[in-house]
Amino acid sequence: MPVLKNDSSIIERKTGVAPGQGPEKGLITLPGETANESDDLGGGSYLTTKLDTMVNWARGNSLWPLPFGTACCAIEFMSMVSSAYDIARFGAEVVRFSPRQADLLIVAGTIVDKLAPVLKKIYDQMPEPKYVLAMGACATSGGFYRAYHVVQGIDEIIPVDIWVPGCPPTPDGLMYGILKLKEKIERGEIKRG
Amino acid sequence: MSTLTRFSAIPYTGPAPTNRNPYVPADVATIDARGAEIAARAGVALEQETGLDLPAFIVAKEAIVPTLRALRDHTEFQFDLPLDLFGVDYPGREQRFDVVYQLYSVKNNERIRLKVRVGETESVPTSVDVYRAFDWFEREVFDMYGVRFEGHPNLRRILTHEMFQGHALRKDYDPAQRWLLSEQGVAKLKPKIDPRFEVEHSDFERVTLNLGPSHPAMHGTLRCAVTLEGETIVGADQEIGYLHRCFEKMSETHTYQQVIPFTDRLNYCSAVINNVGYCMTVEKLLGVAAPERAQHVRLMLSEFYRIADHIVCIGTNLVDLGALTNFWYLFQPREEIIALAESCSGARLLPTYLRIGGLAVDVPADFLSNSQRIVNMLPKYIDEVEALVMKNRIFRDRTEGVGAITKEDALNFGFTGPCLRAAGVPFDVRKASPYLGYETYDWDVPYAEGGDTYARFLVRFEEMRQSIRILQQAIDRGLPSGPVIVDNPYVALPPKEKVYNEMESLIYHFKLIMHGIQPPVGEAYFQVEGGNGEVGFYIVSDGTKNPYRVRVRPPCFPIFEAYGHMIMGQTIPDAIATLGSLNIIAGELDH
Repeated sequence: MPVLKNDSSIIERKTGVAPGQGPEKGLITLPGETANESDDLGGGSYLTTKLDTMVNWARGNSLWPLPFGTACCAIEFMSMVSSAYDIARFGAEVVRFSPRQADLLIVAGTIVDKLAPVLKKIYDQMPEPKYVLAMGACATSGGFYRAYHVVQGIDEIIPVDIWVPGCPPTPDGLMYGILKLKEKIERGEIKRG
Repeated sequence: MSTLTRFSAIPYTGPAPTNRNPYVPADVATIDARGAEIAARAGVALEQETGLDLPAFIVAKEAIVPTLRALRDHTEFQFDLPLDLFGVDYPGREQRFDVVYQLYSVKNNERIRLKVRVGETESVPTSVDVYRAFDWFEREVFDMYGVRFEGHPNLRRILTHEMFQGHALRKDYDPAQRWLLSEQGVAKLKPKIDPRFEVEHSDFERVTLNLGPSHPAMHGTLRCAVTLEGETIVGADQEIGYLHRCFEKMSETHTYQQVIPFTDRLNYCSAVINNVGYCMTVEKLLGVAAPERAQHVRLMLSEFYRIADHIVCIGTNLVDLGALTNFWYLFQPREEIIALAESCSGARLLPTYLRIGGLAVDVPADFLSNSQRIVNMLPKYIDEVEALVMKNRIFRDRTEGVGAITKEDALNFGFTGPCLRAAGVPFDVRKASPYLGYETYDWDVPYAEGGDTYARFLVRFEEMRQSIRILQQAIDRGLPSGPVIVDNPYVALPPKEKVYNEMESLIYHFKLIMHGIQPPVGEAYFQVEGGNGEVGFYIVSDGTKNPYRVRVRPPCFPIFEAYGHMIMGQTIPDAIATLGSLNIIAGELDH
C-alpha cells in the first residue's frame, strides 16, 4: 500500500509498506530514532518506539531534583535555583526533599562514611527511572579530602550518570551538567530496571 | 703533588629563615605578668607556663575540676565563657597528650589557657558540671585521641561513626585509613528525657521522631531525634559528624599554604573570614603583618561575606518558616557580593583569595566602584525584607519566645557571635580584641534581650547594617597604595618577573614551593569574628613545613550542642524555626 507524500509536512515520511508486510518500522522518523536503531533489538513496534522517545523527551524536560546537599556545593545549588540563574528555564525547578517524589538525585557535597548508609537508603527509596548527578569534586572523587572519614567518590555506593567538576562547580557548570543529563535521557541511553 | 684550594661561598646577606629561633609573642612580658597575677590570686594552685601568647597554666588532672570552678566563680576574674577544649598529641613524651582548655572572661576581656597532661591509660575527671559546653568537646577529645573523661554522662564517639576503629588525630594514625559503616551498624538514637518531663502526664503515648540528616530543615547533615508527648518535645538528642571531613588531620599532612583552601570550606557561607583567621594566626607565629592594602581588602571582603552569611541564614530560616519570597529576593544582592569576590580571585563562593602575608593578587581596578554599587543597593533589600517579616503577625507568633536561651545558659554553653548577642551579651571579637583596624571604624555592636529566635533575627538584621556602615567608611578612605603581600622571601613568593630574571628569586621560589613556609617552633592562638561567632585557630609549629597541629574553634559546635536544651518543652515547628536561626554550618560544626 503506497503512502501518500505530503510536501507541506515537516515530518519526513518513509516509503511505507502495509502493516505486517515489511520490517516493523514506524511511518515517520522521530528525532533520534536513526541513532537508536541498533538498540532496538527487541523488535519494538511502531508505537513503542514513538512512545519511548516521547516519554524520554518529557522526562528530560521535567526533572524533579532531590538536592542531597551536604556542604559548600549545596549553597551553589541554591544559587542555581534562585533568581539569577533560574533552573526553571529548563524545567528542573520542582525541588523535592522526599525521595519518593524525585527522579534526579543531586549529590551536592562531601559524603563521609557516616553519611554513606543514608545516601544509599535515599537512593533506594527513589522510584524508577532515577538519575544521579555527582556535583563537585568531593562527590566525584572525594576531592582533596583524601582522609580517614571521606567516601572517595559516591560511585563507591550508588551508580552515577553525570559528574560535574569544580570545587564547588559554578551554577552555570551545574546547569550544564543537568542539560547534559537531559540530552542523555532524550537519547535513551539510560536504561535500568 | 696536588694542592687543595678552599673556595668560600659568597656570604649571605638576605633575611634570616623564619624558623631559626623559637616563637616569642610580641608582648610576652605583659602576658607573663598577668599570668603571674592570676596564679597568685586565683585561690587554687596554678603552675604557670611562661613565654606563650596567652596566660597559660599547667594543671594536674585531679585538680582540673576545682580549678575550673574557682576560675569561673572568682569575683575578680570570672572566666564564664568556655571557649574551647581540645587535645594535642606528643608521642615522644611520657604523658603523651595535652588536654587544653581555653576560657574567656567577658568582664575583663581576657583569655587563658589551661593544660592537663595525661598518659595513654590515664583519664581526666569530667568538667561537664562546671561548663555544660564541655560535654561535646570532651566527647570529641575522646573520639580523636582516646582520652577518657571520668564521670562523663555519655562518653561515646561524636564525629566519626560507630564502626570506626582507633583515634584519628593521634600521630600514629594513618590519615587515609578508612573504616566502613554498614546500614546495620548505624546505632539508634535514644533521646534523653528532660528532668522536667520525667513523669508522664498526658494521655498520649510517647513517640520518638527522627529528624534528618536528609531533611529539608536539617540542612543536609544535622540529625536530631526528639521524643514527643502529644506535640510537646520532652527529650532530644542531636547527632553530628555527617560532614566530618577531617580538616585537622588534613592540615597536618599539607603545608601551611595548602591549608588555606581547607579553611575556606569550614564555614562555606563566609569563607573569607576563615581565611583571615587562619592566615593571621600563621602570621602571628611568623611575626609578620600583611601590608596595609591587603588588610584593607581583607576587612572589606570579611564584611561583605558577613552580610552574605547573614543573608543565607535569614533566607533559609524564612524558607523553613514558609516565607519563600525573601529567599529569592535576598539572593540577588548576595549574588553581587559573590561576583565581587569572583572579580578578585576568579573563584565564586570559596575564593581562597588570601595568602599568608597578604593576598594572592591585587584587586581589580573597579573594586571600589563595585563595592560602592553593592553598598548602595544593599539597604533597600534589607529594609524591605525586614519590613515584610519583622512586623508580620504570623512571623512574630512563630518566633517570639521560641527557642529562647538565658544569658547565663548561653555563656555556659559557650555561645559566641550573633546568638550570644541575641541573649544580651555584647561580646564581639572585632570590638573586644580588634584586628585589621576595626578599632579605627565607627560602628556599634547590636545586641538584644530575650535570646529567642526573634531576637536573633533582630541582631542579624542590625549587624548587616553595621557592616554596611563599616564598608562605607572603608570605601570612603580608599585603598592604601603599596604591595598586597609582604616582601619576605621565606613567606611570600617573589614576583614572576623576578623569578624569571634573577637567580636569587628563582632559588627563593623553588625553596618556598618545595619546602613551604616554616614558622618558628611554638604555639599560637588567634581569633576573628566569624559569621556565627568566634572563629579561632590554635596552631602548633615544630619548625617544619607542615603544621604539627591545627585546631579550629568552631562557633557552631557549642551552639548546636545547646539546641536540645533550647527546644525542650516546645513543638516541632518551633524546633525548625529555632534551628534555622542558629545558623549551623555543618562544615565547621563537624570540621
